[in-house]
Amino acid sequence: MSESDQNILAMESISKAFPGVQALDDVSFTLKRGEIHCLVGENGAGKSTLIKALTGVDHPDSGKITLNGKEVHVRSPQEGQALGISTVYQEINLCPNLTVAENILIGHEPHKMGRIDWTKTNALASDTLQRLLGVDIDVAKPLGSYTVAIQQMVAIARALYITSSKILILDEPTSSLDVNETQHLFSVMRRLKNEGMGIIFITHFIDQVYQISDRITVLRNGKLVGTYYTASLSRLELITKMIGRSLAEFDDLTKTKREIKKRIKSEALLHADGLGRAGAIEPFDLELHAGEVVGLAGLLGSGRTETANLLFGSDRPDHGSITMNGELVHEYSPLGSILRGVSLCPEDRKADGIVDNLTVRENIILAMQSSRGWFNFLSLPQQYEIAEKYIKLLEIATPSPDQPVKNLSGGNQQKVILARSLATNPKVLILDEPTRGIDVGTKAEIQKLVLSLAEEGKAIVFISSELDEVMRTSHRIVVMRDRVKVSEFPGDVGAHEIMQAIAGSES
Amino acid sequence: MRKFTKPSFTLRSITESRLFFPLVALSLILLFDLIFIPGFFAIESKDGDLRGSLIDILRNGSTVMLLAIGMTLVIATGGVDLSVGAVMAISASMAGILMNPAALRNEVFFVTDPYYTFQPLWLVIVAALVVAIICGLWNGLLVSYMRIQPMVATLILMISGRGIAQLITNGVRVQITYAPYAYIGQGWVILPFSLYIVAFIFALTWLLTRKTAIGMFIESVGTNFRSSFFSGINEKRIKLVVYTFCGFCAGIAGLIASSNIKTSDANNLGFATELDAILAVVIGGTSMAGGRFSLLASMIGALVMQAITQSMYAVGVPAFALQAIKAVVVILVILLYSEQVRGFVRNITAPKKEV
Repeated sequence: MSESDQNILAMESISKAFPGVQALDDVSFTLKRGEIHCLVGENGAGKSTLIKALTGVDHPDSGKITLNGKEVHVRSPQEGQALGISTVYQEINLCPNLTVAENILIGHEPHKMGRIDWTKTNALASDTLQRLLGVDIDVAKPLGSYTVAIQQMVAIARALYITSSKILILDEPTSSLDVNETQHLFSVMRRLKNEGMGIIFITHFIDQVYQISDRITVLRNGKLVGTYYTASLSRLELITKMIGRSLAEFDDLTKTKREIKKRIKSEALLHADGLGRAGAIEPFDLELHAGEVVGLAGLLGSGRTETANLLFGSDRPDHGSITMNGELVHEYSPLGSILRGVSLCPEDRKADGIVDNLTVRENIILAMQSSRGWFNFLSLPQQYEIAEKYIKLLEIATPSPDQPVKNLSGGNQQKVILARSLATNPKVLILDEPTRGIDVGTKAEIQKLVLSLAEEGKAIVFISSELDEVMRTSHRIVVMRDRVKVSEFPGDVGAHEIMQAIAGSES
Repeated sequence: MRKFTKPSFTLRSITESRLFFPLVALSLILLFDLIFIPGFFAIESKDGDLRGSLIDILRNGSTVMLLAIGMTLVIATGGVDLSVGAVMAISASMAGILMNPAALRNEVFFVTDPYYTFQPLWLVIVAALVVAIICGLWNGLLVSYMRIQPMVATLILMISGRGIAQLITNGVRVQITYAPYAYIGQGWVILPFSLYIVAFIFALTWLLTRKTAIGMFIESVGTNFRSSFFSGINEKRIKLVVYTFCGFCAGIAGLIASSNIKTSDANNLGFATELDAILAVVIGGTSMAGGRFSLLASMIGALVMQAITQSMYAVGVPAFALQAIKAVVVILVILLYSEQVRGFVRNITAPKKEV
């Protein structure tokens, strides 16, 4: 049997463009019978677009999908299911108030004299769970009374029951599971694999990739980096492929960075002492100094954003404390932080950043106004003055300060949010992915701005998925892995050490 | 550097575009009146007071206008208040019982002296408004701190409010004979007295929302409450204040309505007016999803609702058919706002290209 005959699925040269983005560019992917194949890549790499092309949610612009040797065109998710492709998504879309049996067999219940035969329904459901997944639970109980892991397995059982699946896609099923639950899920996956099913497994956890997968396909920026046998790819190599260090020439940023480095004050402006929040991030210590840029590096889900939210007070810590300017912080709230001089540019620009119906002017003054209270309203001339100052300073491309911010491009929206933070005149500025999804020119501008703000004496936390960027702008680099702060490096450390820290134990 | 356009000019142009559709709707109804109802536009002066159909629209519309002021702010935060009609009844019952407490003992008690009242007028008004404010506060607590969906949270009071109003009056329709109280809804100082109340509340609200940061915060919370949270805005407090204020407006509307009919009727007073208020706001162009709002546009929306009612009565549509006619007109107006319909109209009016 040749290699291609084992392929249950082959996707060849798939391309898909959305307005303004090439989401997938000539990506090929194969899945063998009895294989667990991990699909990895950072946000925006094209994983979900590839899955959507396969399951019929989206239609590729070009490329060929071959299933069991026959070319197919999947036009809708229903067609995908009929072809034997089952998908279990991260959010479980089952009904928690129905019983397990009802969830598995809904719409397919056996009937007796015009009524649902409950005895048979329960027996069938129980049998399906035991035979396929080796899970033995009381199927007459409501789904909601079981753990998320069991619910996840019920979702798998349902997917497998309604179609005689050959392919199972698991889209980040472990993100809300704890260690034991994950192991339970993995044993189920191995069982299915041994029965000859092809499983596509999407995850952000590198450890899990190595625990369970046979092969790995890496995507980056919509392009295929490669498909590798897990056994022959080291963690470090994998991380390098995911993050993709472009050897871009170091510009004058490095020089500026060194000059500032000399002037960093020794006493900490903000001191986090054993700060932590259960389920978000393990307790960590962190010191921020005036004039210093601290970079947070780590993969998605490693706890970078959680750290930012704790420092800003948008999430309340349940462990440890923050001391700022020598005073213990008591009020953990965004407003409290803004009044203390701590400001955050949130990661998700659209959901947490811009207020899209308000104008550029209103968006810029929003945080400043909330620190002044309800009645101490900035007069219109003052508002225009502030807005125009930052439009000029950050070179925000807008026809007028009265333009609704939703009409601006992503990069300019990012600058508006930055302006909102700067208008509060913060001493500590936390930037969570300030350069995501914006063009290269604006990225460089923002990096330069970060350094010049540090030069003015602000303490800056710089979070980015791009290691290159973190290394170029930071005086100190903190590495996060699996929701733990693992190490701290001086800014001139080599990329190799950082990647090793990101990848973890083995290298 | 590029010179930005002057603020005064842009502000005015925004207002113009916001008011455009509500004004068109109002003009269409008035045009209908002009053609089909002779003498509709006649205004006569009686002892120096102006009277006529147009004045009646303003006077009868004052309750909906008041409700629409509070409702605009609530809807701008992305919520809705279904309980305003019931709150009107509660406030009216409170006022009624304080003027004529005999109803509590279930006595049929006809007061002959038009200047008899059990409690002084100021106390009557303050007590009624305090009760209304508590109702609003309750809604606000449920929506902001308990995180209950606005429709569900206010539905509770919408249903139970009528019961509370009946408890206050012991289930009796309280006759109000006190003449000074009647002045609230029936008095006339060139224009109906209730219009001055509306004008005062409108001006107050406009100043509070546009001359302080509250208006911007309401719009920000209604557009994107997560972004507002990250900007340090206390979204819960904003919602609490807005629902409380809406209860306050409903309380005043309850006083005007009960003064108008000289009865505080727990079952029928303000019945279904919440829908008129919501429609007034929607006609005024404030999105039910929250965000930008215009108080003035909502006022015009309220007048549209009242003008429809008045015109239909004038052409002899029976009261029971009125709601159906209203529905048709409202659907037409709402369709004007729909992007789908606008796009459809654009398509069929656009010059056709041969394929």
